[in-house]
Amino acid sequence: MGMFDKFKNLFQKDQKEEAEHYHIGLEKTRKEFTSKLNLLTLKHNRIDDSYYEELEDILIQADIGVNTVMQFIDQLKDRVKKENILNASDLKEVIVDEMFIIYVQNQIIVNKINYSENGPTVILFVGVNGVGKTTTIGKLAYQMTSQGKKVLLIAGDTFRAGAVEQLVEWGNRVCCDVVSKLEADPASVIYDGLEKAKNENYDVVLIDTAGRLQNKVNLMNELDKINKVIGKIIPGAPHETLLVIDATTGQNGISQAKSFQEITNITGIVLTKLDGTAKGGIVLAIKDSVGIPVKFVGLGEQKDDLRVFDIEKYIYGLFEEMDVEK
Amino acid sequence: MFENLGERLQNVMSKIKGYGKITEENISEMTREIRLALLEADVNYKVVKEFIENVKQKSLGEEVAKSLKPGEMFVKIVKDELVDLLGGEKQDLNVIGNPATLMLVGLQGSGKTTTIAKLANLLRKKYKKKPLLVACDVYRPAAIDQLKQLGRELNIPVYEEGKEDPVSIATHAITYAKQNGYDYVLIDTAGRLHVDEELMQELKNMNQAIHPQEVLLVIDSMTGQDAIHVIEGFHSSLQLTGAVLTKLDGDTRGGAALSIRHLTHVPIKFIGVSEKMDGLEEFYPERMATRILGMGDLMSIVEKAEQVIDEESAIKAAKKMQKGNFDLEDFLEQLNQIKKLGPLENIIKMLPGASKLGLNKVQINPKDMAHLEAIIQSMTKEERKDPFIIKASRKIRIAKGSGRSVEEVNRLLKQFDQMKVMMKQFKNGKMKMPF
Ligand SMILES: Nc1nc2c(ncn2[C@@H]2O[C@H](COP(=O)(O)OP(=O)(O)OP(=O)(O)O)[C@@H](O)[C@H]2O)c(=O)[nH]1
Ligand SMILES: [Mg+2]
Repeated sequence: MGMFDKFKNLFQKDQKEEAEHYHIGLEKTRKEFTSKLNLLTLKHNRIDDSYYEELEDILIQADIGVNTVMQFIDQLKDRVKKENILNASDLKEVIVDEMFIIYVQNQIIVNKINYSENGPTVILFVGVNGVGKTTTIGKLAYQMTSQGKKVLLIAGDTFRAGAVEQLVEWGNRVCCDVVSKLEADPASVIYDGLEKAKNENYDVVLIDTAGRLQNKVNLMNELDKINKVIGKIIPGAPHETLLVIDATTGQNGISQAKSFQEITNITGIVLTKLDGTAKGGIVLAIKDSVGIPVKFVGLGEQKDDLRVFDIEKYIYGLFEEMDVEK
Repeated sequence: MFENLGERLQNVMSKIKGYGKITEENISEMTREIRLALLEADVNYKVVKEFIENVKQKSLGEEVAKSLKPGEMFVKIVKDELVDLLGGEKQDLNVIGNPATLMLVGLQGSGKTTTIAKLANLLRKKYKKKPLLVACDVYRPAAIDQLKQLGRELNIPVYEEGKEDPVSIATHAITYAKQNGYDYVLIDTAGRLHVDEELMQELKNMNQAIHPQEVLLVIDSMTGQDAIHVIEGFHSSLQLTGAVLTKLDGDTRGGAALSIRHLTHVPIKFIGVSEKMDGLEEFYPERMATRILGMGDLMSIVEKAEQVIDEESAIKAAKKMQKGNFDLEDFLEQLNQIKKLGPLENIIKMLPGASKLGLNKVQINPKDMAHLEAIIQSMTKEERKDPFIIKASRKIRIAKGSGRSVEEVNRLLKQFDQMKVMMKQFKNGKMKMPF
């Protein structure tokens, strides 16, 4: 498994506890996915068209994205031919390997936050409505304060009813200061917040924004404006712009990634709600077609339900029970 | 972006025209395109299989073989089949009861709170009766605040008891509604995963305690293949009476609708189309079918156009178009009609083939419209009837007369040509042209 080994080492191993937590969240996902793959192997001892067809169904059900799935199957077929793989059980490892290659390509993917060298590090959160932006900010703030950082939250969603109160409540919960302003436009709250962050030496600033559908031109322009304001107050900021995507999202995720990428420089994705039955496979299609990697995953509604994304765990975790259930 | 099905089918159809008849081979070529388009629309993969089989069967029938336009006939089969799966007729809410109670449930972030406020607003408008909103999301931070703010905005009272037990809040709310003469009780519940046993049990208890007339599942229209698990999960615990499909003002195709309707027979009753409080509409299967297929929401365009456009002139124009002798004179007249339609970009984007012609990104400025008018008005009757005769010297004259540049005159003529191409695509449909 040449490619696989090579990339394996690029990822930093997490603590055991973290790995376990991640796996608990993914368990439902993994069971269905892997047991299906096992059934497939048991059913077909030869690799024929009906094998590929069923594999295609499994991948499509995981929302991996039609184009990516087609491309994946083609590559798999090529490899089966080249390496003269004859029976289905030998193919399982290759499947994992090829999925890995689709995600990683030949890049080095860094999942760490890009901290600013001097002055506060600014992280902007964007995404469509209801995906989990505000909650993710709460969770990340908790993680960072636990690491001893001085974190400031800015309530940049001045549109949705109750949005400011929601972030303020998260601020209380994780002991972070929150800058908010009623009946203001987002740019002006953000201005105030960033000034405060500079003057009072905060390490990290997390900015919430209103959910917006990517086809709304006015709202997307507003985001552009927000970005410019940030860059003006703190040159080089935002240091990270994270696009939050709900794991239940289907093919529209690709459109989300493309449109937000056009307006802001998205540096990573947060994949939320992976504790449900959704597989979030659209992130593989997004990486494949738009090139944005996943940085974090959300595994629940509590403050400690955020994990650093690890593609190896994500894919390999999906398949690792393959041999057990035989 | 992906080519949409409308465009894909047009390609295959023109091929079939070349063959002159429909064969098993070109049917499987077409069904392959449809399969991809449906999967890209997030239609459940099992439904896609079944659907393709049905379409194949029907297309190989005699009717299609005999038809003069097998390609068009095929498209019609596809659309009818889809409308069928979406549940032909629209279904109304059951709001009889004293008071009638409605419970909204769903995953986190699907849009329950916004939807319930919109629904209260819609019911009050439609039936002229008194709704009461009830805040039973005691888990998400500030969820109660959110509902209270919406209630204040709409001037609809909100019943709340803070973060108490949701089942008893719901029960108290009904007593309160009876005592105070409310006609509808609308209960907002916390978002939850369908696999969260504890929280699902809470909903079951609430259901048993209050016996609501309607239990509506609120589901995000951007949901992918997981939709079926979500719907089945909620349906098996709560016997849903309907569903609301939210965020359809986005650019999702909304194939999840098929999973709801076809796999569980739960009717979709409403769709959410904006963040504003009037952004809830009744569900029309026909329109949803066109949307899933990506053939442009023709029905909506036609309807919208009909409301404002002078019928007769539209029909006249449509007829001329069909004969292929639509000229600049007609264009001018329709330009005037279009001005009444509102933002033109929205209309153009919905047209089939628009993205292929690069028209989906156009921004149309009312000023530009005025310039177009000026240019056409500077043409002679003869020129308007037959733009082909407009050559260099005429162009210079027209430019001078209208105060625009020759370049702009050229652009208009080119655009008019493109428009004719687009019109051809409408030629055989039964719909009227909006311009
Ligand atoms: N199960 C689960 N729920 C989550 C997760 N992340 C967020 N949620 C829930 O999803 C719902 C919506 O989250 P929000 O953080 O309000 O989403 P948002 O993107 O800020 O929403 P808007 O501001 O309305 O656009 C809330 O009920 C959260 O508790 C997750 O990882 N798992
Ligand atoms: Mg929010």
